[in-house]
Formats: sequence, C-alpha cells, structure tokens
Amino acid sequence: MIAVRPAIGTNRTLLGVAIFIASESIFFLAIVLAYVAYRDAGLATAKATLDIGRTAVFSVALFGSSGTMALAARAESGRWLAATIVLGAIFLTGQGSEYARLLGEGIGPGSALFGTTFFTLTGLHGLHVLAGLVALGALVAANRRRRRAVHPVAWEAVGMYWHFVDAVWVVVFSVVYLGTLL
Amino acid sequence: MTAVPLWVRLPARERVGWLRTVDHKAIGVLYIGMGVAFFAIGGLEALLLRAQLATPEERLLDPETFNQAFTVHGVTMILLAVVPLLVGFANYLVPLMIGAPDVAFPRLNALSFWLSLVGGIVLYFSFLAGGAPDTGWFSYAPLSERAFAPGTGVDYYILGLAVNGAGTIIGAINLAVTILLMRCPGMAISRVPLFVWMTLVTSVLILGAYPALTAALVMLLVDRQLGGHFFDPGGGGQAVLWQHLFWFFGHPEVYIMVLPAMGMISEVIPVFSRKPIFGYGFVAGSSVAIAFLSFGVWAHHMFAVGLGDTENAIFSATSMLIAIPTGVKIFNWIATMVGGRLRMTTAMLFAVGFIAMFVIGGLSGVSLAVVPIDLAVTDSYYVVAHLHYVLFGGTMLGIFAGTYYWFPKMTGRLLNEVLGRWHFWTTFVGFNLTFLPQHWLGAVGMPRRVFTYAASTGWGPLNLLSTIGAAILAIAMVIFFVNLVRSLRSGEIAGDDPWDAFTLEWATTSPPPPENFASIPAVTGRRPLWDRKHPELRDAP
Repeated sequence: MIAVRPAIGTNRTLLGVAIFIASESIFFLAIVLAYVAYRDAGLATAKATLDIGRTAVFSVALFGSSGTMALAARAESGRWLAATIVLGAIFLTGQGSEYARLLGEGIGPGSALFGTTFFTLTGLHGLHVLAGLVALGALVAANRRRRRAVHPVAWEAVGMYWHFVDAVWVVVFSVVYLGTLL
Repeated sequence: MTAVPLWVRLPARERVGWLRTVDHKAIGVLYIGMGVAFFAIGGLEALLLRAQLATPEERLLDPETFNQAFTVHGVTMILLAVVPLLVGFANYLVPLMIGAPDVAFPRLNALSFWLSLVGGIVLYFSFLAGGAPDTGWFSYAPLSERAFAPGTGVDYYILGLAVNGAGTIIGAINLAVTILLMRCPGMAISRVPLFVWMTLVTSVLILGAYPALTAALVMLLVDRQLGGHFFDPGGGGQAVLWQHLFWFFGHPEVYIMVLPAMGMISEVIPVFSRKPIFGYGFVAGSSVAIAFLSFGVWAHHMFAVGLGDTENAIFSATSMLIAIPTGVKIFNWIATMVGGRLRMTTAMLFAVGFIAMFVIGGLSGVSLAVVPIDLAVTDSYYVVAHLHYVLFGGTMLGIFAGTYYWFPKMTGRLLNEVLGRWHFWTTFVGFNLTFLPQHWLGAVGMPRRVFTYAASTGWGPLNLLSTIGAAILAIAMVIFFVNLVRSLRSGEIAGDDPWDAFTLEWATTSPPPPENFASIPAVTGRRPLWDRKHPELRDAP
C-alpha cells in the first residue's frame, strides 16, 4: 500500500510553511542585495581572509544534511533525523570556528564594511540553521516519546524548512565565498 | 439572537479567556480593540502637533518633543492603528464570509495578535526609557544612526517594528492559507466576497513587503549596536540603501492599508444600492494589478535623492500606471450605485465619502508622480495633505463604513444612525478643513516636520484653519466613541441580517456562535444569502 503523501496544494500546514519560506526568501534577498551592493568595498578583505576550501567542506555537511532529511521524512526515521542534526551541528561548528578566526584577526561586524555585511548575512543564516536544529530536535523528541502521535505532515514541514535553509546557503556560499574567485 | 451585548458569544468557561482565546472572532475583536486604542493615542498626538502649529512662534511643545510626537504619531497610525483595525476585520469576517469554522491556524492567530500588540508596547516603552524615537516614521539614515540619534528611541523603534511586523507576517500567512484552502463547498475563488479578495491580495503584499522592512531594521540594529556601516557614509556605507529598502516596504504598505478598506466599501455599496457589484472581475483583477505594480514604484518617494533622470522617469511612469487600476475601481463603485435603490445609511455615507476623498488623494498622488512637481513640493505639507487624503479620507472612512455595517454582526446591536450621521458630517467637515488647506501650505513652501514657523511667512491663517479642523475632527471622534459605547450597552437589537445583505456572514446569528454556522447554505453564486432569500431571483451560477 502506498500512503498518500500530503501536498502543498491541499494541506494547510505545508502551504503555510511554503508561504512562510517565500516571505523569508524576500528577507534574505534584501540582505544578499546589501552584501552585493557593498561587495567591491570588501572584496580585497574577503579575498585575503576567507578560507574557501575549509568552508566548502563544512558546506558539504549542510548540503548532505538535506539528503539525510529527505530520507528521514520519507521513512519517518529518527535515525536519519539524528544524522541531519549532527550534520547541521557540524556546519554550525565550522561557521563558529570561521568567526573565531576572523574575530581573532580583528575583523568583526564593526571593523569595516566587509565585516558588517559578512557577519550580518552569514549570522542571519546561522540563526536560521539554529532554528532549524531546534525544530529537528523537537521532532526527535516527539518521535521518541510517542512515535504514532507525530503527524506525517510534521516531517514534511520541518523538512521543507530545512531544505530552504540549505538552499539559502547555496546562495550565500556562492555570493560570499565563490564570489571572491571572480 | 442574544439580548446580552457580548462582543463574541464564547462558551461560559472562555468568557474570561480573552488572554487565551484562539477564536478568530475574539482575536478579530482584540485586534480592533488594539487599533481603536492606538488610534485614540495617535489622534491625541496629532492634536498636540496641530496645537503647536496653530499660530506662528508657538512654544507649547519644545522641538525635541515635537519630533517625538510626529514620529510616534506616524508609526502609531500606520502600524498600530490602521493595520490592526484592518487585520481585525479580516480576522473576524473572512472565515464567516467563506463559510469556514475558523482560520487555518487558530493558535498561530493568537500569536500574531500578541506579537503585534507587544511590538506596539515596546515602541511606547521608549517614552519611559529615556525618550521616544524622533527621526520620523521612515527613520532615514544616517539621522537614525547612533552618531545622530544617540538615545535609545530608535532602538525601541527597531525592536517594536520588528516584533509587530513578525505578528503581521504570521497573520498574513494564516489569512492566505485560510482563503486558499478553507472555503466551503461551492465557494469558488471567483465567488468569494470582494473583501476576501482584497484580504488575499493584501496578505500577498504583506508577505512581500514586510520582510524588506525587517531586513532594513536588522541592518540598522547592526549599525547601531554592533558598530556596523550599512548606512554609514563615513564607513563606506550608503544612506540611500535604507531608503530603497524602507520604501520597498513603505509603498506596498500604502496598499496594505487601502485595499482592505476598498474591500469594505465593495461590500457596503452593493448592499445599500440593492444591486450586485458592477464588474466583480474588474474589481478583483485591478487589485491584483495594483499589488503587482506596487512593488515597482517605491523610488517615487526618492525623486529628490538624485537617482538620475532615467530612474526617476521609470518610477514616475510606473507610479502613474497605478492610477489606471485604481480608477477602474472608482468607476465600478459608481456604476454599482447608478440605477440602484440607494439606502443612505451611515455606512453608505462613509462609503460614498471614501470615494470622493480617495479621488482627491489619488489625484494629488498622480501630481506627486510628476517628477518636477514632486521636486517642488517634496517634504512639504502638500505631501502631508496627500497622504492624509488617502489614509484618512480613504482608509479611515472605509473603516468607519465597515464599522457601521458589521458592528451589528459583531455585537448583535445596531449603531445609532442619528449619532452616525453627526459622526459622518463632523468627520467630513473637520477632515477637509484640516487637510485641504495643507495643499496650499505645501505649495507655498511650508516644509513638513518643522516645529514652528515665523509670522512673516504668512502661513499662520491656513495653519489656524487646519488646527480648527483638527478640533472638529476630535469632536467627531468623541461622537463616534459615544455611539460605540452607548450602542454596545443599549443599541437596537440587530437580528441576524439587519441590512438584507448578500453574503454568508449574515446567514448566521449576531454575534455568531463559536463554530460560526449551524448549517451553511448551498453556495451557487456570489450572493449566497440573497440566493437563499430570493430563490426566484437568484444570480445565475
């Protein structure tokens, strides 16, 4: 028997999450545009200080977590969910260490335009990852307590948000890190 | 039918539960209550401003207080009065109009309201915390940067607006999903009342516009609290970025405030003309066009910045284009009235007043879209006059029309029509006396946001006239409040359908039970209640 998967066109929760994500996209678009508008002013600093290779490795963890999330939602599997959390946490650790290094070199949100735009954009993304980890954690907790009580839509909804956070990082990584190669 | 003037008929155990209610009607009333309270506060601030400007060289307020008063007046009226009032009506009416038992996410709905209210309280807390924001409602950088606004006022502005905006965004998601997925059988999207259409379009505008404001607020907060340089020209930033982001929100915000009011009069005018709306599809479609265009006109607020002739010409053209779908609506309403059996109730008076005043505000808006005219009168009282014709002459008159029309549904009692007429005519006279002279003041060069002016400017008489108008407007609002309180207590019992109306909200009791409907009439057209009452005259499906 094939279970009918909830669809955005008919399910309130999924449509609500989809609309929320659309609205969030405008939010990130504004921040990304600000970064791009000031790109030239900060390009030299960005080229000199950003570690593309290292961040790429941590990015792979986040990109991979979208895969584990998809598997978790499909199988309603707590294990894959745990894997997603671990990968998301690895990504955040990477970002934290990047921050620590930059701050150690005297580059902070108040130091110069590059720091202002870099920390705002990546910081806001990081906060969204953190919010996603909280949502994943809540799902894990609910799933452990009473597996049957977790509505299938919850898996889909949290998954949609997590993929969104991942997709935003594709843009941010391209603009901020890969942009220094241009 | 109840003789007890309960605002919302809640089960007994929940009557004390305004704090924890998740009923869309109760939350709608909470929103409206919030809007009314802040409307009164914002009105008192406006009276202070008018008193200070009544005569030249007046010293009632010091300049610092004056700056705080106009800043908070603007923010209050726009974000804490008008938007909550409109969202409140939408919350109350949309589920009833589409035959739904509640909104899609009732608990989220409560969260939206409380976030909106807490945002307003945070803003007003600034008065206790060392001074309100004093940088104008659009809080231009670098004036709003720490170097020029060292107090905490702007920080409370940022936090208050961000929290309030989060509530508004969540509310818009809720209403959009409700309209898209919770319509009763037969209620096709092409049959929903126009107020529902306007709410849907408004929700889309909120979802597109508010995040830009939130983003700008976050950047300003980074600048102020973390020493950032987004809008700091000294650090390589550009102050004009704030203007772009703010007006990308700010102009759609105008339509967020006016489209629901247009929806209200699109319900009122047909019922009191005893005709279906003329050109339903055009009213709905023109709103979609307005929404689409509204995201491409923001820089008409920035003609004086010096973006360049090409940019100015493009934004001038797009701004003028908006007059077309707006004009379409004006003709729709007039054509609805033509040949109808008009019943000039207070609700209808306000609806007709809306059309007249909004046309004036719309036309002065088109004149401001002409770049040379804008350059001549930018930041003058001409702009103040224009925006008040749109937002008071338009939106507020529409909200009053809606209040007289739906108050009986929400409370079970009618508002007093005699007081209503007094309310309308004093509002109409007071409003025009206040704001019409400001066109001339602006044209002869009186800048907005000055706390006083020299007698030699010759601006005294028109300013005095404007202040007298404001006093009359204040009397009008007192009449309105008296009417509200008296009618709540002892108004005439309304019954389910006092206006012989067309739409589903009148097919249930006044006020409606918690589940809204005992049974929903079969919907086969745009006027389901009319069809049920007059099967022989039913609209063709």
